[in-house]
Amino acid sequence: MADDTNGTQKIAVLDPVGFPPKIAPKPMAPRLESLDGKKIYLVDPRFDDSGLFLRQVQDWFTERMPSVKTELVEMSSVYTKDDPKTWEMIKANGDGAIIGVGH
Amino acid sequence: MHAIALDSKYSVPTVAIHTNVFEKAVQSVTRMHGMPQARYTFVPQPVMGKTAAQLRAYVDGKSPISGRPVMQEVIEGLTRPAEGDHLKEIKFERTTPRLVDSDTDDNLHRLFLENNWTDKLPIVLPTEKRVAAMLAHTSRKPDEVAGHLRSNQFRQHWEFTVEKVAVNAVMAGARPEYFPVILALAASGVSARGSTTSSMAAMVVVNGPIRNEIGMNSGTGAMAPYNHANATIGRAYGLLSQNLQGGSIPGDSYMGSQGNGYAYGSVTFAENEERSPWAPFHVQHGFKPTDSTVSIFTGCRSTAFTLGVREKYWPEHVRNMLRGMDAHSAPTFLLDPIAARQYIDRGGFDTKEKMIEWVYENALMPAGEYWDYQLIQNYIYPRATFGEEPYASKLKAAPDEMIKMFKPDEIHIVVVGGETNGYWRIMGCNYQKTVSVDEWR
Repeated sequence: MADDTNGTQKIAVLDPVGFPPKIAPKPMAPRLESLDGKKIYLVDPRFDDSGLFLRQVQDWFTERMPSVKTELVEMSSVYTKDDPKTWEMIKANGDGAIIGVGH
Repeated sequence: MHAIALDSKYSVPTVAIHTNVFEKAVQSVTRMHGMPQARYTFVPQPVMGKTAAQLRAYVDGKSPISGRPVMQEVIEGLTRPAEGDHLKEIKFERTTPRLVDSDTDDNLHRLFLENNWTDKLPIVLPTEKRVAAMLAHTSRKPDEVAGHLRSNQFRQHWEFTVEKVAVNAVMAGARPEYFPVILALAASGVSARGSTTSSMAAMVVVNGPIRNEIGMNSGTGAMAPYNHANATIGRAYGLLSQNLQGGSIPGDSYMGSQGNGYAYGSVTFAENEERSPWAPFHVQHGFKPTDSTVSIFTGCRSTAFTLGVREKYWPEHVRNMLRGMDAHSAPTFLLDPIAARQYIDRGGFDTKEKMIEWVYENALMPAGEYWDYQLIQNYIYPRATFGEEPYASKLKAAPDEMIKMFKPDEIHIVVVGGETNGYWRIMGCNYQKTVSVDEWR
C-alpha cells in the first residue's frame, strides 16, 4: 500500500472527524392523565415575536379548553441562557409547559 | 434545549413548538442530548413579523411536518406517555476511527465530499506521511487532547486530538510550519462554523513574530486570496471547525439562512505592525510584542467602507457608517496604514484607545429606532428588562433621545493593508479572544 495519492492504487488516509460526546439518556417526565383543571405555563423565549404567537395559543385554550388554566411567562433573559429560576417556579406552581417559538 | 431541561431535570411535562425549517436540527439536538422522545410540534416559518390573525391561523392549522393539527400534537405531547423504547435509537458508545477504509484517490475524494468533510472545494488527502509531516511542527503529542468545539450553545461539545487537527490542516493545503497557528485556533474553543440563522463567519488576526516566520501577508491584498499562509490557515480553521465539532450541514447542524462567503477563508490575515502608528492588537490585550498570537472574531456579516478621512466632514462620514451597521454588531475598524495616520492627523488619536473612545461617544441612534431592531429585541431587550447595565439605563431614554449603540470594549481597531490607497472598512463582528501560538509550537 503506497503512502501517496497517485495512480489507481488503494491508499490509506486519516479520518478528519472529531470524537462525539457520550450520550446520557434522559428520562421524560410522567405525562398528565388529562389537562382538565391543570395549569400550563406558556414560556416565551423572547425571540422573533414568540410572545405574540403564544398569546394566540393562550386564546386557543381559553376558547377551546377553558378548563385549562394558562399563564404566559417570559424567560428571565435572552433565550441562549438557562433560566433555573423560571423552571423552579413552573415546577412549583404548574402542571406542564409549552415553550415556543424559537424560530 | 430548554424544553429538554424542564422535562427531564425538573420533571415538568413539556412540549416545544418550533418552525418547520428546524425539523432536522431539532431531531439532532434532542438525540444528542439523550432525549429523542422529547415532545415537539411545528408551525410554518416565519413567526417574526406576522399579525395576530396570521399567528392564530398557525395555531388553528396543521403541522407542516406531520400534517396533523398543531394543538392536537401539543395536547398529546403533554398527556400521551412515551410509546416504545426510544432510547434504543441512541448509540451511546461511539468512536471515530483513525483511518477511513483504503481506496483509490478518486474514490476517497468522492467520499470526503459526500460525507460533508470538505468546503466543497478540492482537498489534499490526509495520508499518514502528510499528517506526520504536519505533526513534526509541534512539540505536542499526536494523541494529546487539543480541545473541544461545538456549533452553538445548544449543541454538545466534541473532543479532538492534536492529530485530528493535523488531518484537517493537511486537507486545507497548509504547510507544516503553519501548524502552531492552526492548533491555537482549534484549541481556542471558538468555532469558525457557528450555527446561527444570521450566517456569521469568523475573522482571524495574527500578531507577533510568527507572521513573518511563516510568510503571512499584512500588506497589499492581505484579506484577499493572494497569500498561501493566510489562505490555508483560514481554510484549515473552517474545515477543522466543521469536522471536529460534529459537522456543519445546512438544515441540520448549520442554519445560516443566506450563508456567508467570508466563511471560505475566515478573513485570515496578519496585522501590519511594521506600518501601524499604534500598538499591535495583541499588545492591547495583554501580550508582549514578542509573543505570537491569534485573535478571533465571530459574527462577521456586515461591512461598511470608504476612502480616506476627509478634513471637513470626517466625523459625519464615520457616524453615517456606524449608523448603517446593524446595532447588534459592534464595529471593528480595519484600517490601511494611510487611513490610520489620517485618523491621527484629523482626530488627534495617537493611540487606538483614544479613537475607540471617540467612536463610542459618536455611534449614536435614537432610542426608539435602537430598541426596534429585531436583533436588539432578541438579544439586548431581555437583558435590559432584567436590569443589566448599561442596557437598563438605555431603556429609560425617550424614543427621540440619542443613545450609544455600543460599549467601548466592543469596539476594536486593526491595521492592515499595503498603502496602495487609504481605503478602510468597518467589519461588524464580535471579538472573542486572543490566544497564544507559542504554546503550540
